[in-house]
Amino acid sequence: MSTQQQSQAYKSGIHPVWCPGCGDFGVLSALYAALAQKMWDPKDIVLVSGIGCSSRLPGYVNTYGFHTVHGRTLPIALGVKLANPSLNVIAMGGDGDGFGIGGGHIPHMARRNPQVSYIVMDNSIYGLTKGQVSPTSLFGQKTGSTPYGNLETPLNPIALAVAYDISFVARGYSGRPKQLTELMVRAFDHKGFAFIDVISPCIVFNNTYKEIPPKIAEIDPSHNVTDRAKAFELAIDTSKIHLGVFYESIRTTYEEAQQQVIEASVSGSQSRVVEQILARYS
Amino acid sequence: MARGIDVIIRIGGEGGEGVISAGDIITQALARCSMEIYAFRTYPAEIKGGHAVYQVRASDEMLLSQGDGIDVLVAFNQEAYDRHVAELKPPGILVYDTDAFEPPAEFKGIRYGAPISTVTREKVGSNLTKNIVFVGVVAELFGIPLDRFEELLKQRYGKKGAEAMEKNLVALKAGAEHVREHIVKQDAIKITPRERAPRLVVSGNEALSIGAIAAGLKVYAGYPITPASDIMEWLAKELPKFGGSVVQTEDEIAAIGAVLGASFAGKKAMTATSGPGFSLMVELLGLATMTELPAVIVNVQRCGPSTGMPTKTEQSDLGLAIYGAHGGAPRIVMALSSVEDCFYGIIRAFNFSERFQVPVVVLSDQYLGHRKASINIPDLSQVQIEERAKPTVEELQAYRRYRMTETLVSPMAIPGEMRACYTASGLEHDEAAALNHEPANHQKMVAKRFKKLDAIKHMTGLARRYGVDDPEVAVIGWGSTEGVIREAVDLAQRRGIRVGALHPKVISPLPEDDIRSFLKTVKKVIVPELNYDGQFAKWLRGFFDIDVVSLAKAGGAPFSPKEIVDKIEEVSRNVHTTAVPGV
Repeated sequence: MSTQQQSQAYKSGIHPVWCPGCGDFGVLSALYAALAQKMWDPKDIVLVSGIGCSSRLPGYVNTYGFHTVHGRTLPIALGVKLANPSLNVIAMGGDGDGFGIGGGHIPHMARRNPQVSYIVMDNSIYGLTKGQVSPTSLFGQKTGSTPYGNLETPLNPIALAVAYDISFVARGYSGRPKQLTELMVRAFDHKGFAFIDVISPCIVFNNTYKEIPPKIAEIDPSHNVTDRAKAFELAIDTSKIHLGVFYESIRTTYEEAQQQVIEASVSGSQSRVVEQILARYS
Repeated sequence: MARGIDVIIRIGGEGGEGVISAGDIITQALARCSMEIYAFRTYPAEIKGGHAVYQVRASDEMLLSQGDGIDVLVAFNQEAYDRHVAELKPPGILVYDTDAFEPPAEFKGIRYGAPISTVTREKVGSNLTKNIVFVGVVAELFGIPLDRFEELLKQRYGKKGAEAMEKNLVALKAGAEHVREHIVKQDAIKITPRERAPRLVVSGNEALSIGAIAAGLKVYAGYPITPASDIMEWLAKELPKFGGSVVQTEDEIAAIGAVLGASFAGKKAMTATSGPGFSLMVELLGLATMTELPAVIVNVQRCGPSTGMPTKTEQSDLGLAIYGAHGGAPRIVMALSSVEDCFYGIIRAFNFSERFQVPVVVLSDQYLGHRKASINIPDLSQVQIEERAKPTVEELQAYRRYRMTETLVSPMAIPGEMRACYTASGLEHDEAAALNHEPANHQKMVAKRFKKLDAIKHMTGLARRYGVDDPEVAVIGWGSTEGVIREAVDLAQRRGIRVGALHPKVISPLPEDDIRSFLKTVKKVIVPELNYDGQFAKWLRGFFDIDVVSLAKAGGAPFSPKEIVDKIEEVSRNVHTTAVPGV
């Protein structure tokens, strides 16, 4: 089978609700291609999403999907992984879902480091609710809820991710699906929590297709991805939109650690353990 | 044998002085003398400081409540005396530390004073063991053999090293010795150890945790909150031994999120919390209803609203448990009624959750979660465990996740196990899990999610009934008040009142058939509950055309049998005056 044919195998046949020109189409086709490269059995994949335009994505992929509530993508993905570590778990959503309402979950996923990939389709706007300011909207930006301009400074997702010590941090652009595919494959292969901030413009409420390309800079292949300080330096350089892998480190995954606890504590038959527990209370 | 012993011992002192440990040790030693046990504790919200109380009732016969008043007051300090002396019943036995205070001359009860602090200092050399000196005094006074304590002390303090262990043993013996040498016994309480089948002495939260493992729990996610944290701590230690995992999440929303994720992936999952945490969970409760996911959510209630009184009991989350979540999200609400029921009830919660593919909210409360009782050792081989329905091979050809079946419960495909990919969504969907915003489909799917639970309305055995067969006056309660209601009904019956009681274990949907048949002869229904606004009384009125007398009081302390008996007598008198005018 050609890669293109393999990509077809992951299509659910449902046409996305997204507006023509939405960046999320690029993310979806990159995901099809990345899954085709991995050749995972669709039954072993679970896509978990929150609420927002981008969170509709799981329905378009022929895998298991869980389209949940606003902002709780990560803990739900954690539960899936914990229940069955052999599943390939991919979490996804928008910048509002991930950095706004759900922002409190990111550092804790970083601490636990489960092998879950998290793809944020970052358009710096609330698109589904028709154009309100988001955590990554620019300072001074006029939106439906900031008619006099945004009074808040945008957060820097990459700098945050590096600061949180997420063990894989990358940025992609929906307009460069080939590179995005490669980043996704690397994220899927990463043993731990992997975060990709994907710049994915909203053509209706925050059309940045003209502004983004001139600012793009590929991360130099000589960049040492294990150097966290360098990664941070690159992250806070907002004069450019750096694309590529900023940071990668290897440490024990959460499911491995849980498995170690289980292996260390399982002793003898379960009925014997029950007897021991009951004996303590008699 | 004449009616044997039934004694209520209350211990009071400053938080951090070991009141709770002393109570636990005495309780377990009494159980090892084959006494029936009913113990509870209340303690301040602070870690150290504030007034702590432990009460144990011990009897030769089955115990249903904490009883009325106290027989023995063990006062670590003046405050304990001041707070509790009024509840001391004649002859009124006071055990106290003469170094701390001396009761006033008006105190006419039996005084067992001992210079506990001096004894501790001189004989043990460590103030930390004062509580164990008290334990020694109590043991010797009431004839609890010291050997029953020695092993308990080893279990409790052995981990802290030989020296700590030795000090506690010395303290125990010093207390007992002081009694032998200096105190003349003036009361008749004498514990007589008997040989009987061993029993478990567990708290409600412990029984619940053991039951959850028996039910097949594999993923627990939770966030610390009084009075539910001990469930997470217990499971963190024990669940891995059964191949399961515990995760302490960053908040309660993440906890129920992880539970739903784990359930989606096919595992039995649970979280336990208390009011404030439960308030945070309700949005995801609605997601569980919408996506038809099994999940067990335990709420060990405490006084509210807001932070309320974290260490005090209440039953004020019923409304939230039944209705919490927008959009009319049906779920099963169960209420645990006794320590033993914590074990069997949580198993039923898992079974119902799997059978109906629905979240089950299990209501316990601080009083039940933290009180200890002696229960029969559960026979795990007799426990029935249910698993969710999964699609057959034929069904997988054209799998429809939310297919309308006869029971309205649809077989659920599990990721990794079968090729039946679908996306579960909190958006409205059709039988095939495809998103659908048509009003007609919405009507059909909402009905499916509600009506699949109708079976419960017609089930028998979900409500415990006692008292006379044809009651005029009835008591219908819920949750942890079962024992005290039963004791009150027994007392009222002995006074010649035609009273019966029914205690539903499932609160929503209510087992309507059983309740209706119980109500046939009933003229008035008393509904005791520990909340201000009579939440269960209102819920019942919504289903049954009955004359309800709400006996509602805000929580903080449990009901005493007397409060309920008095109400039964009052209502019974009213029934007769109104039924036969002019008499």
